[in-house]
Amino acid sequence: MTRVLTCLMVGVLTLGVLIAQGARAQPLSITITDGVIEPLPFAVPSFQAENQSAAQVAADLSRVIAEDLTGTGLFRQILASAFISQISAFSAPIQFADWRAINTQALVTGVVSVNGDQLTVKFRLYDVFSGAELGAGQQLAGTVSGWRRMAHKVSDQVYSRITGEGGYFDSRVVFVSETGPKNDRRKRLAIMDYDGANVQFLTDSASIVLAPRFSPNGDRVLYTSYETGFPRINILDVASVGRQQLATADGEMAFSPRFSRDGRQVIYSIANGGNTDIYRSDLASGSNARLTSAPSIETAPSFSPDGSQIVFESDRSGTQQLYIMSASGGEPRRISFGDGRYGTPVWSPRGDLVAFTKQNAGRFHIGVMRTDGSEERLLTASFLDEGPTWSPNGRVIMFTRETQGADGAPALYSVDITGRNLKRVTTSNAASDPSWGPLQR
Amino acid sequence: MKQMTKAAFLIATLGISACTNADRFDNVTPTDANSGFGQPSGVDSLALDPANNPTSLQYFSQTIGDRVLFTVDTSSLTAAGRSTLDGQATWLLTNSDYLAVVEGHADEQGTREYNLALGARRANAVREYLISRGVPSNRLRTVSYGKERPTEICSEEACYAKNRRAVTIISAGALS
Repeated sequence: MTRVLTCLMVGVLTLGVLIAQGARAQPLSITITDGVIEPLPFAVPSFQAENQSAAQVAADLSRVIAEDLTGTGLFRQILASAFISQISAFSAPIQFADWRAINTQALVTGVVSVNGDQLTVKFRLYDVFSGAELGAGQQLAGTVSGWRRMAHKVSDQVYSRITGEGGYFDSRVVFVSETGPKNDRRKRLAIMDYDGANVQFLTDSASIVLAPRFSPNGDRVLYTSYETGFPRINILDVASVGRQQLATADGEMAFSPRFSRDGRQVIYSIANGGNTDIYRSDLASGSNARLTSAPSIETAPSFSPDGSQIVFESDRSGTQQLYIMSASGGEPRRISFGDGRYGTPVWSPRGDLVAFTKQNAGRFHIGVMRTDGSEERLLTASFLDEGPTWSPNGRVIMFTRETQGADGAPALYSVDITGRNLKRVTTSNAASDPSWGPLQR
Repeated sequence: MKQMTKAAFLIATLGISACTNADRFDNVTPTDANSGFGQPSGVDSLALDPANNPTSLQYFSQTIGDRVLFTVDTSSLTAAGRSTLDGQATWLLTNSDYLAVVEGHADEQGTREYNLALGARRANAVREYLISRGVPSNRLRTVSYGKERPTEICSEEACYAKNRRAVTIISAGALS
């Protein structure tokens, strides 16, 4: 048993796909591929409450963990009504036969205690068929108000131990919250958990705000603001909600900003005399460099993860297409060659893919292609889909979908990069322009 | 030929102005004499229709036309657009205390960033044209709203055609 556990813990550390050393040959794992997969059945019996004041949060934690896992489309929850045995105590032996009988493959158990505003959560993940723990049990501690984050952290562990990939549940999304009719939209910057919970507003609706972009560690947000009457780039500190205007190159309009992966540089567009080009600002020195000098529209730049290249859109060929150039500028190479127009490219966190918006034959699509333009895959189709953003682990893309007509309004959607599991992210108001932040520490 | 056209346009404009000026006092609307300060004064106050006053902002926006429209994904001025802008240029040259901001707009069929850049192209096309008609460049600024400020809300070409526009907004102010 000790040998098995050690083996499992090494597996967790390397985030490899785990092979449980049990009686069953088939390990508890999901390999995320392009093919259709059967969701893995799991159970999360309501976590034990160590004291009376922990009862509610214990139930809530279990519910959010189940929602996180089910929401991926990779897992299927076995409901409590099907349970044969109950978890009477966190340390009690698991009756694996009872869980096997209802075809549960992964079992998550936990215990919660609340002392004042302090919350402690312990959990274990079991591979039911091999009858062993998958990874070591863990304890998380924090404040009661942060209970959702604790649930997401448990979910991230479960997801990551079973899929071998990093999670994305304990992350936040900055976006634009919209109210009012189409010809008088009010827009505010807002931030929320990845699942739409805990919405907080970062600006008022006095002036238009567009396209917020998280810094790589989530501490700052770049966005375009009309508070001066003209589009300018603001940089906002998430903790203090203090903001200041980015010192860009001179120009009538500055917009479409995005951070480099080290958070030290910003690439953006300037429009001057009707011509839009791409610039780079070094935040420490305040210096600005012009990266493109074409009479066409060059905008929507996005750095490669290693910071050496920039993918952007240009209509130099006559229509919007995607190009990649060196981070210092120079001659770009075109990567999109399919029918239609391509815009808003975003480099994937792993560096292998570019997500984009495609407009073709009156429809909009979110798609991905390799960085050489090959293997283009369209993941969605609708009246208006645009503005993809990557989950921290590069498996999911969130984007804006706007409905048609006088009552049309935008909402946030997410989809796997396999094209599966398209779903709406619940927000109380209309919402657009999501930017997915990193996994929180 | 261009000079002729311009002269003809000016005469036409003046002619309209003359006619409408003559009509001005026939179009007044008497206000309710009992409204306001309580005591009927026995004197009707008269409101002029500002759209007929060639120095008014309403004249600029309604009689001349404050906007020009564009075809899909272009920033080229149409013949009708140039005619409207000729009128705008004349007004701006006559009313030289005013500044103007040209707002470029796009319809909703496009990505946010591209539409901002397209709106900037449209606003600049108008600005360049007004400058070519003699309006000093330091009186003209541009801004693009992309697809953020549609006037029409349907998702059909009838609405899109009106949303693909550049609007000249007059503002009072000293030249910088």
